[in-house]
Formats: sequence, C-alpha cells, structure tokens
Amino acid sequence: MILEDNLGPEGDSIYTALMQAHEGLTEAQSHALNARLVLMLINEVGDADRIKAVLQEARTPTPGA
Amino acid sequence: MAYDYAPFPYTAPPGLTAPEQRHPVVIVGAGPIGLAMAIDLAQHGVASVVLDDNNVVSVGSRAICWAKRTLEIFDRLGVGTRMLDKGVTWKVGRLFHGDKPVYSFDLLPEEGHKYPAFINLQQYYVEQYLVERAQELPDLIDLRFLNKVTGHADKGDHVVIDIETPDGPYQLEADYYIAAEGAASPTRKRMDLPFEGQTFEEHFLIVDVEMEKSPFETDSPERWFWFAPPFHHGQSALLHKQPDNIYRIDLQLGPETDPKAEATEEKVIPRIKAIVGDTPFRLDWMSVYKFRCAKLENFVHNHVLFVGDSAHVVSPFGARGGNGGIQDVDNLGWKLAAVLSGDAPAALLDSYNTERTHGSAENILNSSRATNFMTPKSPIEALFRNEVLNLAATHPFARKLINSGRLSQPCSLQGMQLQSGNHPLVGQSLIDAPLDGGWLVEQAQGAFTLLTFGEQTAPKVDGIRALHVATPGPDLARRYGSGCYLIRPDGHICAHFDRPEPEAIAAALARAKGQTQ
Ligand SMILES: Cc1cc2nc3c(=O)[nH]c(=O)nc-3n(C[C@H](O)[C@H](O)[C@H](O)COP(=O)(O)OP(=O)(O)OC[C@H]3O[C@@H](n4cnc5c(N)ncnc54)[C@H](O)[C@@H]3O)c2cc1C
Repeated sequence: MILEDNLGPEGDSIYTALMQAHEGLTEAQSHALNARLVLMLINEVGDADRIKAVLQEARTPTPGA
Repeated sequence: MAYDYAPFPYTAPPGLTAPEQRHPVVIVGAGPIGLAMAIDLAQHGVASVVLDDNNVVSVGSRAICWAKRTLEIFDRLGVGTRMLDKGVTWKVGRLFHGDKPVYSFDLLPEEGHKYPAFINLQQYYVEQYLVERAQELPDLIDLRFLNKVTGHADKGDHVVIDIETPDGPYQLEADYYIAAEGAASPTRKRMDLPFEGQTFEEHFLIVDVEMEKSPFETDSPERWFWFAPPFHHGQSALLHKQPDNIYRIDLQLGPETDPKAEATEEKVIPRIKAIVGDTPFRLDWMSVYKFRCAKLENFVHNHVLFVGDSAHVVSPFGARGGNGGIQDVDNLGWKLAAVLSGDAPAALLDSYNTERTHGSAENILNSSRATNFMTPKSPIEALFRNEVLNLAATHPFARKLINSGRLSQPCSLQGMQLQSGNHPLVGQSLIDAPLDGGWLVEQAQGAFTLLTFGEQTAPKVDGIRALHVATPGPDLARRYGSGCYLIRPDGHICAHFDRPEPEAIAAALARAKGQTQ
C-alpha cells in the first residue's frame, strides 16, 4: 500500500478535479458518484490484496476523526 | 399438464413379523439425495434399505436447476440422459434494472461436453427418475415408503433404528446409518448437534404457473432476472422455464411480510398478471419461504453419516442445495463401499467429512454472498448495488459484480489428504471430452481409472481400470496436456504422473483409499 505521496506535482490539480466532479450535484447524486468512483478505482487497481489492505486502512480511524 | 403425483406402493416390511438380518446400510429419507445414495451404493455392490415417511415425490417443483457436474454424476447413476432429455436447456439470460435491460448473455456452451452448464427440471421428475432407476436394482435397493424413523441408537459397531409403519412399529439394525432426511433432520435433533449459520430475514414467494404461450420474446427458453422490477416495487424477481410449459417465478417480498397472507390466490394472481400481462395461465404451486445458510460441524458421527440438506442448507441462489447434496453422495458412495468390503480402513470416511464440509462451506460462502447482494441491509449497501447496476449497462467490469447467484460448481480437493502432488488438475473433478464413440464422463467414473494417452502403455495395477486413448482428440489433448492421470470413482483427479510408473501409481492409489497417509 502506498502511504507516501504518489501524485507528485499533480496533487492539487487532481484534488480540484475531484471537487469539480461533484459540482452542481445534490448530496444524493454526489454519494452515487462516489460509489461509482470507488467501484471504478477498485477495478483499476484490480488486486484483491491491495484493495483489502486499503479498505482496512481507510476503516482505521485517523487521530483527528 | 399438471404433474401426476401417483403414490408409491407400501408393503408391510418383513421386520414387522420377524427380526431382519443386519443390513449393511440403512438410508433415512427418499428425497433426491437418499435415492441417489442408494443407487450409488448399489452400483458399488452395496445393498441398502431406504426408509421414507412419505409415499410421493417432492410436492412442488422445489429444486429446478441441476448443474453440469450433477448431470455427470447422474450419468454414472444411469439417469443422466433421461434428465437431460426431459429438462429445459436455456441459453440466453437477460438482466433488467427497473424496466431497462442492463445486459443479456449467451450461455454458449463450450463444445466437447456431454452435458450443458445446467438444465431446469422439477425436483418431482428428478425423484421419479431416481425411484424408477432404484427399482431396476431390486436385489440391492429395498425402498420402503410410509416407514417413518422415530429413533436410533449407535451401538458402536452398528446402529439400531426404530421405525413406524401403518401396520405398527419395528426395528432394524444397520452397519451404517445415513441420514438423508432433509433440512429438518430429526436425527440431527435427536443427537442434539448444533446447526449453525446465518438466517436471512427476507421472504421469497415462489410460484409455478403453466402457460401455453411463452412470455419471452423468442421461442427459445430464457432466464429473466429483474432488480427493482417495475411490477414489483423495490425488490427482485426471476422468471424461468421448466418442462411441460411450467414457468417458475421467484419474487422477493422483503422482511415485513406475512407469509400466510402472501401465499393466497388474491395476492399472487395480480402479481403474476403484472409480469405476464394477458397471457392466460394456471397456478400450479406456490410457497412463501425464508431461508438460512447453516451446516453441521461434522458430517460423520461414528456409524451415523449425514448427507444432503440434513448436513447443510443454503439459500437457493446458485442452486447449491440439491447439487451440493449430489456431490456428497458422489464422495461418500465409493468410500463407504470400500470400507464395508474391507478394501479401505474406516478412517477413509473421515475424508468424506473433510472434503464435503469443505465443499459445503464453499457453497454457503457463495450463496450467502449472492443473498447479501440481493437483499441490501443498509442504505449504503443499497447505494452501492444500485451503482453497480447503473454502471453495468456500459461498463463490462460491473456486470461481473452483479450477483443473483453463482451457479454450483464442483469444489476443488487440491492439497487434501487423498490427493498426491500439486499438478493443477489434481483435486479437480474430471473435465469431460469426447472419446471415440462416447464421452470421458461415461468411461472414467465409477472405479479408480488410469487415463493414459498415445504412446504410453498402462501398467497393470491391482484395483485400477485402464482407460487408454490412443489418439486423443483436440478437446482431450487441450484439457489434459501431457502425462497420465489417476481418477477416483467419484471423478476427482487424485494424481498426475509424467510417465505411468507402477510403483508411483500404486502409492497414489493406496493414499486415495486412505491406506497410507
Ligand atoms: C423453494 C426451493 C427451491 C430450491 N431450488 C433449488 C435448485 O434450483 N437447485 C438445487 O440444487 N436445490 C434447490 N433447492 C434445495 C433442494 O430442494 C434441497 O437441497 C433438496 O431437496 C435436498 O434433498 P434431500 O434429499 O437432502 O432432502 P429432502 O428433499 O428434503 O428429502 C428428505 C426426505 O426425507 C424424508 N424424511 C424426513 N424425516 C423422515 C423420517 N423421520 N423418517 C423417514 N423419512 C423421513 C422426507 O419425507 C423426504 O422425502 C431448493 C429448495 C427450495 C425449498
């Protein structure tokens, strides 16, 4: 699992693109988009071990949460 | 035409008037599993008595999807082609989300197999054909209808059984007692064995209707599945065809349902009309049910053996109940025969437990996953499912995530005790292929078989039947590659050899019979 930065100089532009993808959507539409996004990214990764490791990591509460 | 539930004859058993000799095997339950068990044992030369509290076949269609592997086992039991000829083989499946078609798939069978991926055939036909096959073996199968087992006692090396008949009670003794009494298994309850698993809260309505005119747009039978069908708010629905113009409709009803109120004509007829429109139909059978996935921890308890639904139950998605039970039979028959004839130690039966608890855990895993997909338990589960369905129309990857049941597949026994080596085919059940004038499944099952090809010469090894294919056809060559194979009587490949060397073959055979570890 990659916990260090993997986006390089594109980080800000990718984050902005993610926000823009949600622009003008209702909350329900945004949730649906997120669900599709997760499914599509999972398919992009395509490796059960990596996906399960990331899922577990995402479930672990971060100190601020 | 409605099925004719002709009762099987009852005759007063000899045990009512004088004690009977101890029987090698008594099977409790003449459902598909108990009947197949008796035939399997008979074909290995073992006599059995089959006791059933009832005297008709399954009332209602119940299990209708019989998988390829089951048909291959039925082939060995002498009923495969009869099932195939009567059954409906469908090819096109269509999936709908609301009123929109999501995608359709062609179940184009791979060429070069005797049997298709599966057929639809009502359980009452399956049982009828099995009963008729059993009746062809009168010296080895003693079918006793209206014989209800009310008690049993394991005496260490045999079992004593209490039975009630219309003419009063009697007792039988058996070397082995096979419980094939279905999901409610009284034997399991008498022994107080935990039967643990997951219960699902959704109710399902299942209806068989007879219609002259096909509801599908083409003449060939299809399978239609809806998520959130327009005619049945927010749930799922399934429509498929059985022989005799009977159509099976499954409707998910949700957890807050009164099953008694739902299984009434007033409630059911409007639902059917919403699916089939003006097509005239006749209601044949209906039932409302909930289900669970559960299994015994151990299928072998000294001389009491559990098979079929009495050992494990699954949700119906994936058709793993009946099909899983037939694999129990396939696995147990030759082993019990070898133990009874002294050819194998009693410990061989432990491998039935290991191999089939493994198979049934796999069936439970698959059918629980399908059930969870079909019955989302929270808003977020419903959201993900909805988006999978939305993506599926345009994104092929999402189609593979849609789970309305993964059809029963034989499990792999790779790495388990009776198998030798780790060639990729070892542990798998044999893959069929055409032979000159027949099929591999017709010639490589029922006894330990050494399959050799081309230039190889099969050595003579005691207890092994040789099957030599001088010029393998392209299917056989592609599916088996090089070397030679030892195949168990239940069609599982238990060893692969680069060259047919007698010592190695004899060692693999001894291991497969549990004679060595
Ligand atoms: C609605 C529905 C749909 C299904 N669809 C499928 C499917 O498509 N494919 C599939 O593979 N499976 C399916 N199944 C599961 C399948 O029906 C069962 O797995 C199968 O019937 C199990 O067979 P069995 O012989 O173990 O038990 P059963 O068929 O239940 O037979 C048990 C027999 O034992 C007898 N018995 C019980 N107690 C006693 C006693 N004390 N003494 C003597 N006899 C006794 C009973 O009368 C009965 O005849 C479905 C089940 C249901 C309910």
